[in-house]
Amino acid sequence: MAKDPKQKSYLREFHKGIIVENPVFRLMLGTCPTLAVTTAAFNGLGMGAAATLVLIGSNVVISLLRNVIPDKVRIAAYITIIAGFVSIIQLFVKAYVPDIDKSLGIFLPLIVVNCVILGRAEMYASKNSVGLSALDGLGMGIGFTLALVVMASIREIIGAGTLTLLPNLVIPVTINLWSPMIIFILPPGGFFVYGMLVAIVNKITVKKGKVPKSELGCGGCPMASSCSRANQGECGNE
Amino acid sequence: MIKILIYVFLAGIFTENFVLSKFLGICPFLGVSKKLDTAVGMSAAVTFVMVLATAVTWPIYRFILEPLHLEFLQTVAFILIIASLVQLLEIVLRKFMPPLYNSLGIFLPLITTNCAVLGVTTLVLDRTINGEVISFLPALVNAFSGGLGFFLAMVLFAGIRQKLETCDIPKCLRGIPITLVAASLLAVSFLGFQGIVDGLIK
Repeated sequence: MAKDPKQKSYLREFHKGIIVENPVFRLMLGTCPTLAVTTAAFNGLGMGAAATLVLIGSNVVISLLRNVIPDKVRIAAYITIIAGFVSIIQLFVKAYVPDIDKSLGIFLPLIVVNCVILGRAEMYASKNSVGLSALDGLGMGIGFTLALVVMASIREIIGAGTLTLLPNLVIPVTINLWSPMIIFILPPGGFFVYGMLVAIVNKITVKKGKVPKSELGCGGCPMASSCSRANQGECGNE
Repeated sequence: MIKILIYVFLAGIFTENFVLSKFLGICPFLGVSKKLDTAVGMSAAVTFVMVLATAVTWPIYRFILEPLHLEFLQTVAFILIIASLVQLLEIVLRKFMPPLYNSLGIFLPLITTNCAVLGVTTLVLDRTINGEVISFLPALVNAFSGGLGFFLAMVLFAGIRQKLETCDIPKCLRGIPITLVAASLLAVSFLGFQGIVDGLIK
């Protein structure tokens, strides 16, 4: 986020979400779907697209209503707005792309509690204008999608030896050369690849002279502002 | 019936562990597992809310949403029920059970956005055993064992993280990356449970 509000250019708001503040690798938001759906490149793309649409919609509506919603009930109001958009997307996906609905399963309705969306509502859309919020949603959504596709491609190539770009377009990469390491598409592989990617991103940011993301601070928590222990390090007693 | 209950109970803890095989509730798993006592508090609160939420959402879905063909409202309805339930629980605990509130209270607002709670209430609706949709009692046991599985993963992981703090780790791996790699190794050990409870209902 820009320190001086005057410097918020539209372009900056859009591209910061893709690299500098990538929700998955830098802000550590939305870890559950990141780990769960990245078993095939196409799943990552589908999840990313669905989340991006919800994110843009909820950011715009929350930004429009930011002066109307009373402060005390804002989290409940945000969740309701987000749940509405998720239901819309869910019905669309079920009707037009049943393949994605099948492979995402439970994680499609779970976009409601995806920290990326509630986090952006709380941290950004509730404080900024509609145009900026829409761009922030689009940038964050693209960053989220990119991260998912990168991670899904790595896991699929190592774990299954293929690359699924569309449900009926599966490119054999290494499957004909050696047998794949199936553990990479199982849960342990998810944690491992994620850890390695965060380490690489940390290494790059250190080289650029920035502070690496080493701890899960309260910044990523959507409940931080209503939490009595925010910014005291951990959620528990110190 | 007893067999099904035992099966659901063991599966929830070991083979279908919410954190390590279904990837639900990763945020608290990584965020609150640094110390043993906070890990215990958080998972106790999660277990409590999971059982309560299932006890409320299951009848609402089966007896209200389904007969009226309002299944598309499921997501909205469930998240609102969970959010208000958590609020209610916080007020009741603060008024009537201050000691419990002091130990669990700070975690309660965080639970609304815990995907494991929404996940457990949604997944149980489609869960079948031997081709039959499970009824209310197994659904409750499922929620309870899901919570216990979360508890087990959190406590094990808190122990591992306390050991990690004294280790000499390469600079770029410090913090989150090494935590994720440790979680990966823990998940490998849970893979070992695969299939051990399936024999119960065959």
